[in-house]
Amino acid sequence: MTSTPVDPPVGGPPPPPTTPGSEADLGSRRGRVVRELLGNPLGLVGGGLLLLVVLVAVLAPLITAYSPTEVDFDLPFQKPLTEGYPLGTDDLGRDVWTRIAYGARASLLVGLIAVGLAVAVGTPLGLAAGWWGWLDAIVSRLTDLMLAFPFLVIAVGLAAINGASLTGAAVALGISQVPTMVRVVRAETIRVKQLEFVTAARSLDASSGRILAQHVLPNTASTIIVQATVIMPVAVIGEAILSFLGLGIQPPTPSLGIMLSDAQQYIFRAPSAAIFPGVAIAVICLGFNLFGDALRDALDPTSRR
Amino acid sequence: MARYLGIRALQSVVTLVLSSIVVFLGVRALPGDPARALAGEEATPETLAAIRADLGLDDPLPQQYLAFLGQVLRGDLGTSVRTGQPVTELVAATLPVTLWLSLGALLVAIVVGIGAGVVAAVHRGRWPEWVANGFTLVALSVPSFWLGILAILYLAVGLGWFPASGFVPLREDPLRWAYHLVLPSLVLGTALAAVVMRQTRASMITALSTDYVRTARAKGMPRGKVLTRFALRNSLIVVVTIVGLQLGGLISGAVVTERIFGLPGFGKLTLDSVFTRDYPVVQAVVIVVTAAYVLINLAVDVLYSVINPRIRVGGSQA
Repeated sequence: MTSTPVDPPVGGPPPPPTTPGSEADLGSRRGRVVRELLGNPLGLVGGGLLLLVVLVAVLAPLITAYSPTEVDFDLPFQKPLTEGYPLGTDDLGRDVWTRIAYGARASLLVGLIAVGLAVAVGTPLGLAAGWWGWLDAIVSRLTDLMLAFPFLVIAVGLAAINGASLTGAAVALGISQVPTMVRVVRAETIRVKQLEFVTAARSLDASSGRILAQHVLPNTASTIIVQATVIMPVAVIGEAILSFLGLGIQPPTPSLGIMLSDAQQYIFRAPSAAIFPGVAIAVICLGFNLFGDALRDALDPTSRR
Repeated sequence: MARYLGIRALQSVVTLVLSSIVVFLGVRALPGDPARALAGEEATPETLAAIRADLGLDDPLPQQYLAFLGQVLRGDLGTSVRTGQPVTELVAATLPVTLWLSLGALLVAIVVGIGAGVVAAVHRGRWPEWVANGFTLVALSVPSFWLGILAILYLAVGLGWFPASGFVPLREDPLRWAYHLVLPSLVLGTALAAVVMRQTRASMITALSTDYVRTARAKGMPRGKVLTRFALRNSLIVVVTIVGLQLGGLISGAVVTERIFGLPGFGKLTLDSVFTRDYPVVQAVVIVVTAAYVLINLAVDVLYSVINPRIRVGGSQA
C-alpha cells in the first residue's frame, strides 16, 4: 500500500525530444487510458461504487427525509425496513440512512482535504528533492521526522492544542500522508530527469523552475493521481477512527465513526445500527481501492496482469 | 556494514532530536499558563512569578529546551496532573499491554500475510490467488475497529469463543493472558496481513521468474527448497520494509483496538490524557511513540541490511 512504487516509463516509449507531451500525444494516450479503464471489470465496479457514494454525499438533502440531527424519542431502535426508516433508527430515534448519507459527506470532505494537503506539500518537496541532489538529504530528514509522528499522535497533539474537530482530523491525516507523497514524486522526478526531452530543455537554457513546472510535473501527474486514490481510503478510515475515538468530528454532526462509537453502546439491542455505517465505510474504501488499482494498471503498461 | 549502520544510527539521532524539538514547541503552544494551573486561580502575581522562576518559564527558549531534554533523558517525564503519579510509572504500567497486542498483531500479519502471499504466487491464476486477492481487498477496505465490533458481537458474545473484553497480566495466568489477546490481535493484524500478503505475492512472482530460480530448479533442487531458500528470502527484503513503514499505523490501530476490547494499555492512557487535558501525560505519550517509531525503523533497517548485504547508504533506496 505504501510501498515506494517502482515507476516504469509512463505511456510507453519516451516521447520524442522535440515534442515533449505534444497535444496529439496526450490525446491518444488519454484515449488509451479511458479504453483500458472501461475494459477492466473490477475498475468499472470501483468506479460505479465511487459514483454512487459521491451522488449520495452530494445529494444527501434530496434523498433523505429527515435532518441528520433530528431526534425522535418516540421511535428509538426501529428495525431496518420499518416504514419510513429503510435502515432503522438509533438510540435517539435518528434515521440511520440519513446519518449515513451525511456521514459519507464528511468522510469525503476529510479525504479531499487530506489528499489536497498531501499533494500541495508533498509534490513540491518531492520535485525539489528529486531535482536538486543537495536538497535530497534535507528533505529525507524532514520526511523521516514526519513519519515519526503517526496520524493518531498528530491528531492527539492538534486536539490537545485546539480541541478536536473535522479540520484537525483532516490536517492530521494529510500531514501523515506527506512523506509517502514526497517519496513517490521524488522517485518519479529522478526518473524523468534523465529523459531526453529534459536534457533538450536544459540545452535550450531553460531554468530549473521552468523545466520542473512544464516538463517534469506533467510527467509525474499520473503517479500523483494514483497516489491520491491510495490516500483517499486511508483518510476515510482514518476519519472514522479519529471520530470514533472522539478526536475528530464532534457530535451531533454525523460521521460514520461517531455512529459506530454510539452504536457500540447499545450493540446488543440494535446490532444493525453498528453494521450499516461500517458497510458504508467499506463501500467507500472498496470503491477507491478498486478504481485506484484499475487506474494504476491503465496508466502503467508494465503492471498489467 | 559498520559504516552503514553508523550513518543510519546518526540519522535516527537527528530525527529524534528534531522530533523532541517539535514536541517541546508543541507543548509550549498548548493553551493555558502552566504556572497558573499549578498555583490556582487566586494566586498572587508574586506567587505566579515565583513559580514561573522555579519552573524556568522565564528562561530563554533554547535553555528551557535543554532542561526539558535533560529531564526526558533521565527518564523524568513529569507528574500526571490527574492522578499525581509519576508519568514514567503510568507509561511503564500500560506499555506492556500494548506491546503484547502489537506483537500478537504482527505475528498474525506475518504468518497469514506471508503464507497467503506465497500460496497466491505459487498458484498464480488459479483459485487460491483469487481467494487471497479478495481477502486483501476486503481487509484493506474494512476498518479494523468495525471488524472488532463485529468480532465481539458474533465471536465473543454470540458464539462465546473468546472473552469480549479485559486483560490478564502474563505473570498472573499465561493461559488466560493469551486467551484475552487472541481476538484483539486478529482484529489489529488483519489489515497489516493484507498489506504483507499483497507485497509478498508481488515480490514472489518477480522472484520466481528470475534466472537464478530457474537455474536452481534446472539443477534439480527440490521445489520447496528453491521457494524458501531463494525466492522467499529475496522477497522478504521488501516485506520487511513494508512492515516497518506500517508500524506507525499499527501504533494508531492499537489505540482503537484497546478502546474496543477494553484493554488497559497505552492507547487508553493516551485517550484519557487528551480528554482530561493531562498535558504532562500527553507530552510523554507523544515522546514515547515517536522514540519507539524511530527506533523500530532503525531496527528494521539493520534487519534489512542483514537480509540483503548489498544495501548501503546512498543506494537507490535512501
